[in-house]
Amino acid sequence: MPSPTRSDQATPEPADQATPQPAGIVERLVRDDVDRKRFLKMAGATGAASFGAFVLAACGSSSSSSSTKSAATATATTTSASSSSGDIAILNYALTLEYLESEFYSKVIAANLFTGKVGELLQKFGSQEDSHVTALKAAVSKLGGTPVEDPHGKFPIKSAPQVALLAYTVENLGAAAYLGQAAKIQSPEVLASALAIHSVEARHAATLGTLVKKSVTPQGAFATPAEMSTVLAAVKPFLG
Amino acid sequence: MTDNEIINPELAQCEVHGITRSAFMLRGALAAGAFYGTASVAPFVSQALAAEESGDVGILNFALTLEYLEADFYNVKGKAVGLSGEARKYAREFGAEEAAHVTALSAAIKQLGGKPVAKPTFVFPATDEKSFLALASVLENTGVGAYNGAAPSLKSKAVLASAGSIVQIEARHAAAIDLLIGKSPTPNEGFDKPLMQSEVLTAVKPLIKA
Repeated sequence: MPSPTRSDQATPEPADQATPQPAGIVERLVRDDVDRKRFLKMAGATGAASFGAFVLAACGSSSSSSSTKSAATATATTTSASSSSGDIAILNYALTLEYLESEFYSKVIAANLFTGKVGELLQKFGSQEDSHVTALKAAVSKLGGTPVEDPHGKFPIKSAPQVALLAYTVENLGAAAYLGQAAKIQSPEVLASALAIHSVEARHAATLGTLVKKSVTPQGAFATPAEMSTVLAAVKPFLG
Repeated sequence: MTDNEIINPELAQCEVHGITRSAFMLRGALAAGAFYGTASVAPFVSQALAAEESGDVGILNFALTLEYLEADFYNVKGKAVGLSGEARKYAREFGAEEAAHVTALSAAIKQLGGKPVAKPTFVFPATDEKSFLALASVLENTGVGAYNGAAPSLKSKAVLASAGSIVQIEARHAAAIDLLIGKSPTPNEGFDKPLMQSEVLTAVKPLIKA
């Protein structure tokens, strides 16, 4: 089988990005036959944790009847209390990151460093992060959990180039953080929601990549997930 | 930003219906049949039935078809159309990445004991850089919706993780292309819409010649 490895996949991550991370699972699979066999063993073992087939539908209706919503949740989460608490922890972790992103954008916008098209884009991204906060808080409550408090992040806001680079780093980290949790989520409904947010974070990251003249796909064809511990260590300096 | 945008997360409006996998796939195929005529979807119906025994393989093969489509689009049509500047750079980069997805998905299908589908013949209605980029936007955004829609049905968590690492790349491609042609890089605002297989088929079927 031809190797998909390309020279530009080896491009180092931006210096300000978190510690180097292992290559994506698929990328490794293709490159290394031994790894591939190990992957399949793992796939077989975890595949047993099936939650059945279902389909997402009825998105986009403007009314939001809470009774319909909780009914959907009830059918979707006929899982044990322990798996639900796992999902609550993941959602609260995501909520913390979204609080940080939301705060970051609001400070950037307040600093008035960007005008025109770029300013409009950053404002749009900020409002999308706000909508993630709202949605995640609602999801935590819906699962019977308590949403975490806003950590009120602190960010160095100095100049437009510095802020743009920080935004690129933050969004790449956010995308990697969601990717790192996807396979750990138990509820299909929560998973679908996390995926809907994950690809938006990726769109933000790519947009900022064009702004700072860096690759829109810094990891090549396969995005690398980030573990919770890695992400929390990376955002620690921003936690007030 | 307005309060309305914040208060009305589309997320809350997504519902999950518990139906069987074969019902899901058949429903998609039949909906496409109503649109294109039953004969043209017969292969998809038999694929859906075959997928009953091997659900993840069926989903991966569907993804593989989309990746064949994207890879051919950038690597063959991109060259034929003749691109310049940023468009040329993106087509080259993204084409190589889609080709890597094809290789990875084919390998994953084989390793799960399945048989990768053959590459169809495609026809792309693009004649110049402008129409090429417009179609690129449609393909990449459809790709994002397709993966997001199918991923929760994957039984294997490892396959799910792999699908996630691919969809993130499709989303990045979509944003870069959309920015280049002056469209919003976030066409669905804060929450990307998952697409059902039938919706994906509707979008790509006209591009599949045989």
